[in-house]
Amino acid sequence: MHSDSSPDRPAPVVVPSVVPAPGEPAGVLDDEQARELAARFPVLRRTVGDKPLVYLDSGATSQRPEAVLSAEQTFLTQSYAAVHRGAHTLAVEATDAFEDARRTVAQFVGAEEREVVWTSNATEAINLVTYAMSNATAGSNGAGPDSRRFALAPGDEILVTESEHHANLVPWQELCARTGATLRWVPVDDDGLLRMDTLDDLVGERTKVIAFTHVSNVTGAVNNVAAFVAAAKRVGALTVLDACQSVPHLPVDFHALDVDFAAFSGHKMLGPTGIGVLYGRGELLDSLPTFLTGGSMITSVTMERSEYLPAPTRFEAGTQRISQAVALAAAVRFLTDVGMDKVAAWEAHLGQRLAVGVSQLPGVRLVGPRPGQERVGLASVSVEGVHSHDVGQLLDVAGVAVRVGHHCAQPLHRRLGLTATTRASTYLYNTTDDVDRFLEELSGVRRYFRVDD
Amino acid sequence: MSALDQMYQDVILDHSKRRIGEGLAAPDESPLEGETAAGCHHEYNPTCGDEILVRVGVDGDRISSLSWQGDGCSISMAAASVLSEMAPGTDLGTLRIQIEEFREMLRSRGNHEPDEELLGDAVAFVGVSRFVARVKCAALAWVATEAALTKALAESA
Repeated sequence: MHSDSSPDRPAPVVVPSVVPAPGEPAGVLDDEQARELAARFPVLRRTVGDKPLVYLDSGATSQRPEAVLSAEQTFLTQSYAAVHRGAHTLAVEATDAFEDARRTVAQFVGAEEREVVWTSNATEAINLVTYAMSNATAGSNGAGPDSRRFALAPGDEILVTESEHHANLVPWQELCARTGATLRWVPVDDDGLLRMDTLDDLVGERTKVIAFTHVSNVTGAVNNVAAFVAAAKRVGALTVLDACQSVPHLPVDFHALDVDFAAFSGHKMLGPTGIGVLYGRGELLDSLPTFLTGGSMITSVTMERSEYLPAPTRFEAGTQRISQAVALAAAVRFLTDVGMDKVAAWEAHLGQRLAVGVSQLPGVRLVGPRPGQERVGLASVSVEGVHSHDVGQLLDVAGVAVRVGHHCAQPLHRRLGLTATTRASTYLYNTTDDVDRFLEELSGVRRYFRVDD
Repeated sequence: MSALDQMYQDVILDHSKRRIGEGLAAPDESPLEGETAAGCHHEYNPTCGDEILVRVGVDGDRISSLSWQGDGCSISMAAASVLSEMAPGTDLGTLRIQIEEFREMLRSRGNHEPDEELLGDAVAFVGVSRFVARVKCAALAWVATEAALTKALAESA
């Protein structure tokens, strides 16, 4: 939204008082509690230059609390060993910790243990599905008799959306290239929100997969999962949910959402890098062909052929991310102790404060939901006349860390007529002061760059 | 002056708006009247999305024109503008030395006293060298120009 108000001085930033998220009890977390939480994250105590750090880039990667760092260290200093092999004490303890972690993470997202596959990151999780579908198409050794439902043929269709992160777009483009399937997509409107009115026309008998994001990493909109799932069920298509921006910030139950597959990453939810999760509905995972093959995932191997373990182990070839899994479980416990309802409500509040605040700034365009409409604690803006890198530079000097660029969503930016935006994204450790610091610095950007001179 | 103000000097902010040389003189490498050769080169920085297409026209041993089409931050656009102002009329050897000096200055992390006589207004970019993440922004048009020039000379050889 562009405003034509006085160009010479920034308008004063007026921010709303607490806006309870729709359907959430008000007052669940507050600034004092958020500050107490922030105090448990060592890096948040640092300064940038001489300014206290305001970290508003959790959508890219989140910071880790002491509890997560120490859980990984404790494991490494006391019980670390290879898992699922060896009979010594450390091997047993490490295997227990590794599988306990799977249980913890599974419970957190409403899944069974066997439905949680460790991957290196969410990108690999989505690639696992797309390559397994290729392997089903090619009839590879890992493709059992039940795997035909994952095979694709020319004329089949894969439906994505125009707002996807490249991680949930490029693998599907490549799968189409390998199989002859056709990629289609749900378009977005001028605000970057999905045109759900097109869904019925886009989903047909040839639709085999619907892959879509739960929460947009650019607009912060929470998409209507039920509508996608209903459309997919109507034609027997598989659903693949990009849950990278939802699992860390909202209560998520994959069984309740009724999706077939879902991917999320550890580092966006207070955990380490190098670990992600593929959720797969139990009966689907057992018939899904393998992706990476080798050690750890086999039952018997001869020189001619091999047989594979059931899910999830059949998808976990090679030495696993053992300490990362243990640390991710610690992150999940941290989030569970706070309560995901509280996290979601607090971030909805911060998200509204962001949306309302930026909308009041002259020459600042907010993409995604309008103020008052549902969004997570994330807002991307375009400052008229100033490139996002220049915006980010000015904010960085003030200690405010935000993301600039296309956020791995070039098609969405192109559709919005933008090459880049500036994105502030919150987490449970952010306060209303953090949001206000961002708004204050943002309000001075056009003046600094003399846009109206 | 803060480090930020040293990067965003008046000269740079001014050039980021004037955008001298913006708009390609011709769509391709066919020499225009008064040019003995021309070269085009496209540079793209995938990490930030900045991009530029530079066209260099050469007349004998001198640059006759420099024009470009691009999109990016103030630093990258200003660097294209400053170079477009400097280059026409410059002999090819001098331009190459200027580009080398500019690169040296950007890579210096603030530890290189640039040759003002050689670089003219482009010395204003010395402040960028303290912001390592922005060095590529400043270099974009200059790197593209160097490559376009190489193409132009290869064409005419």
